[in-house]
Amino acid sequence: MAQIFHHSTNTIARVSIFGAVILIALLGYVAEVVNNSPYVTDVDVAQPQPVPFSHKHHVGELGVDCRYCHSSVEVSSSAGMPPTQTCMTCHSQIWTQAAMLQPVRASYRDSKPISWTRVNAVPDFVYFNHSIHVAKGVGCTTCHGPIAEMNITWRAQTLYMRWCLDCHNAPEKYLRPRSEVFNAFYTAPPDQLALGRRLVSEYNVQKLTDCTTCHR
Amino acid sequence: MADSPADKLAKQNVSAPILGPGHDYASVTDKISSIVLTHRTPKWWMLGFAVSFALLMLLMFAVTYLFALGVGIWGIQIPVGWGFAIINFVWWIGIGHAGTLISAILLLLRQQWRTSINRFAEAMTLFAVACAGVFPLIHMGRPWLAYWMFPYPDTMKMWPQFRSPLAWDVFAVSTYATVSLLFWFVGLLPDLATFRDRAKNRATKIIYGVLAMGWRGSAIHWQRHEMASLLLAGLATPLVLSVHTVVSFDFSFGIVPGWHSTIFPPYFVAGAIYAGFAMVLTLAIPLRKLFGLEDFITMRHLNNMGKVMLAAGLIVGYGYVMEAFMGYYSGNQFERYMTLNRMFGPYGAIYWCLIVCNIITPQFLWFRKVRASVGSLFAIAMVVNVGMWLERFVIVVTSLHRDFLPSSWGMYYPTRWDWATYIGTIGLFLTLFFLFIRFLPLISIFEVRQLVAIEAEKKKAE
Repeated sequence: MAQIFHHSTNTIARVSIFGAVILIALLGYVAEVVNNSPYVTDVDVAQPQPVPFSHKHHVGELGVDCRYCHSSVEVSSSAGMPPTQTCMTCHSQIWTQAAMLQPVRASYRDSKPISWTRVNAVPDFVYFNHSIHVAKGVGCTTCHGPIAEMNITWRAQTLYMRWCLDCHNAPEKYLRPRSEVFNAFYTAPPDQLALGRRLVSEYNVQKLTDCTTCHR
Repeated sequence: MADSPADKLAKQNVSAPILGPGHDYASVTDKISSIVLTHRTPKWWMLGFAVSFALLMLLMFAVTYLFALGVGIWGIQIPVGWGFAIINFVWWIGIGHAGTLISAILLLLRQQWRTSINRFAEAMTLFAVACAGVFPLIHMGRPWLAYWMFPYPDTMKMWPQFRSPLAWDVFAVSTYATVSLLFWFVGLLPDLATFRDRAKNRATKIIYGVLAMGWRGSAIHWQRHEMASLLLAGLATPLVLSVHTVVSFDFSFGIVPGWHSTIFPPYFVAGAIYAGFAMVLTLAIPLRKLFGLEDFITMRHLNNMGKVMLAAGLIVGYGYVMEAFMGYYSGNQFERYMTLNRMFGPYGAIYWCLIVCNIITPQFLWFRKVRASVGSLFAIAMVVNVGMWLERFVIVVTSLHRDFLPSSWGMYYPTRWDWATYIGTIGLFLTLFFLFIRFLPLISIFEVRQLVAIEAEKKKAE
């Protein structure tokens, strides 16, 4: 009886057994890498804006406080996006003819808000409140990254639930004194864990990890 | 010399042999492989396959509509949130159990009568598990997120709730499906090689050749095959008991009168074997008739399966009695109310139907004459198939529909989409089964050949 298969089939069959295992492992690895890549998460990707607003210039070089523009961050769930009037408090006096600021003046003239491209957004089914985080000693730069170095703003964290839970499970790793919350140049002290533990008890920080804390 | 009573008994058993007379290795191989390789596709196969495939399309239609609109198209609501999906899941997964019992436990117990029925019983297991698997998936509001049930390193840092038997179910059923598939496939290897060697055209040779994975039938192949089969049988044996135990936990972990009961695991396992053997009979009786396999699936097989069904049915009956007794004996007013409501409430008729189907009817199997009659065995098996479905309906619906508070009471009425999905999975099952009997050896050729050798040795000894 003639052979149906070439004798190399034996080798191919053996290799394919290990090949399948390696292939599946590789697929899992690729899925993990893609899922954490900027392509999916937008982390470190500067988003084009209608006006090239620079946090680096305003915060880093001029020292404008976060709350000057994001004024509701201490009292509301939303930090608040500044109305054009906030821009014009300064820019009605300085750089009044700058071409770069043309859309800002147009917005002011026509009473039409500038439509900024959103950089940080949690999914719709997540309830997030800025004020409580600020009140418990979570600094702006903990989540929003080195904002004083961003010419055009990018997202600094994935905002994945895994990332939320990392802090909710161990807040002592991230907390800072309330007085430092809005400090854009803050660096954690070497004894962060000791400080964090002290702040956790002082500020009465609870490890809220119930589903209903965020998914209401 | 006069026969002792024990000898007489043995002779009576032998009188219906497990293999028809006059078979040798060649005739066994010829007969079984000719079904696939040389015979033309029979007309009844075409007709049966067409009907099954139409029903499968009904399933596709019902599921597509479900995915578009959501589970609101079904009759489920609060308080009856489980409905047909879980009834059918338990029904199908129970049916699968007989295949594993026949192939694994009876192999370890060296019961030779399993040989000619194990192959298609295992196929039945696989296809039933496939049908069962459909239901929990489509019962989820968002079936495209079904992979959330598995523990994997996800971006949410979420794990399945391991305290919930529903999470155990995922592992129980997927393990069951994997082991059953492996066992079935390992068993098929020598027969696939037989098909490869007997195939006439090149395409068929290649297809069966690839599936046979290079089987040459050398002594070392057989030795390893034997070892692998035994190991897989050892793995599959606890699964016969564990899978339906875990399924019963889905209910008994819930603090719901009618579910919260320690008798559930054994009672579910017995019910599974009961339903499974009923389904094996339902399939075996037409198969042996249509393919002329009376020499391989003999009256001895049918008789034995009738006996197993009777035994399993009695255990199930004991379960029903105990449930009713505990309703009274617990002294718990909710338990008592649930039991009375189950028997005499709005779904009372279904309860009594179930008692007739599952307890009264199988009592006929006590009679040798009934077990010797193919027609009555088939009828009883069909009645049990229906009865076991009704049992799951009663457990799911009557326990839920009267909640603790009368203000939360409600009725459950299945919609046409419930029925379409259920009937559709029967289509899925039959479609797979029709394909199986057309393209694979529905009886294990090599094991029947072994049987020939054993029978020959027995004759020599006499």
